[in-house]
Amino acid sequence: MQEQIARNKRRTFLMLLGFVVLITLVATAIVLLFGGGWVGIVIAFVIAMGLAWGSYYNSDKIAIKASRAVPADETEYRRYHNLVEGLCIAAGLPKPKLFVVNDPAPNAFATGRNPKHSAVAVTTGLLEKMNRVELEGVLAHELSHVKNYDILVTTVAVTAIGTIALISDIGLRFAFWGGLSGRRDNNGDSGPIGVVIAIASLAVLMLAPFAGYLMQMAMSRNREYLADASGVQLTRYPPGLISALEKLKDDKAVVHNATKATAQMWIEEPLETNPDKPGSKFNNLFDTHPPLEDRIKRLQEM
Amino acid sequence: MAAVIVIVVIVVVIGLFFWLGFNGLVKRRNQVDNAWSQIDVQLKRRHDLIPNLVETVKGYAAHERGTFEAVTAARANAINAQGPEAQAQAENVLSGALKSLFAVAEAYPDLKANQNFLNLQEELTSAEDRIAYARQFFNDAVLSYNTKIQQFPTVLIAGMFHFEKRAFFDAAPEDTETPQVQF
Repeated sequence: MQEQIARNKRRTFLMLLGFVVLITLVATAIVLLFGGGWVGIVIAFVIAMGLAWGSYYNSDKIAIKASRAVPADETEYRRYHNLVEGLCIAAGLPKPKLFVVNDPAPNAFATGRNPKHSAVAVTTGLLEKMNRVELEGVLAHELSHVKNYDILVTTVAVTAIGTIALISDIGLRFAFWGGLSGRRDNNGDSGPIGVVIAIASLAVLMLAPFAGYLMQMAMSRNREYLADASGVQLTRYPPGLISALEKLKDDKAVVHNATKATAQMWIEEPLETNPDKPGSKFNNLFDTHPPLEDRIKRLQEM
Repeated sequence: MAAVIVIVVIVVVIGLFFWLGFNGLVKRRNQVDNAWSQIDVQLKRRHDLIPNLVETVKGYAAHERGTFEAVTAARANAINAQGPEAQAQAENVLSGALKSLFAVAEAYPDLKANQNFLNLQEELTSAEDRIAYARQFFNDAVLSYNTKIQQFPTVLIAGMFHFEKRAFFDAAPEDTETPQVQF
């Protein structure tokens, strides 16, 4: 269990490093193509950061509104409240605000910029279909997202992607609309090396957003594995979460109020997925969540 | 000139090391103390739930006197116990008495359908969970603290300022026996 947690945290660090490398590549491409453009790069970064961190700061409220969650009444949802309170004692966390989403599809999410401003929501479907230990396993997973500051990690990733996308987009527009024609390198001649550099830089600008997106998906999957492992560390009872994931595997229903933007936060992929599509291994790169079988296998190995 | 700068930097680094190291140890030790009190809070919460439970069960199973008296006596003992070992023992006895009470309730379908009883059952189950989690959290806090005072370089600060190792919470010997279920 500890090794899995440590390994996942290392992977996150490496992925964040990857984002830094990608941003550097993109910035270098811009500078090589236009012999400058630092102001543009900084502006892109500021815009991306402003957008991402605006939503980060209010992440608890935004996510709740987007999924039409309502506060969970303490008397009506006594077990839900009791389970979360117990887990918060185990984790040393303050109790998040609890919400319910009226939807038959079993699912849950956690959000909030830090443990003090966090929120957890479950669907009515989840409450009906899971027994006590399974529900506890799911809630432990969600609380682990809060404890591991996953919203912060995701926001950092989204800021990086946003910066890359903005820089690449504007850079490519400038390049194709005439920024390149008058370019000379330092020696005053635009020989074959200059052309190669120009083409390489254009390639970086075109591919970087896509690469960044794949990296973000990889990191999202990594954080899901981490939340599974951390959750089990709280309950010290892997069979609870395993049983819940097995039930989720057999339940093909889809959450109504989920969109591509909010898909990341739920405990399992809320949107329609078809496992029988051809080329499924390639498609998995675009999933925010790892396949349920793999998650179950990792938990069983603990 | 350069030598002075080097010395200043070294002094600052050592100062930072002491400052951060000492504060880290203080934080962890306080965490351990807080976690210990948490256990007491959860135990008391369970104590407070019991009278209501006993009354509800009496309403349906009045002649199970032996079981009620066992629970009431165990609760009184647990409240009055002094010292960690005696307390832990008394709480274990209380847990056992409660298990018997719920086992007895199984034979009374009217009781099992009573909403009040079901609510109390949920509350007591979660009270037991919370006690277990509080003890788990205490042990986690002790582990973190003990590890830090043994690791280099914080071990030096720990020695200088008398930070001492703490003991884990251990389940009492009765707990590790398999409970006997009689029908």
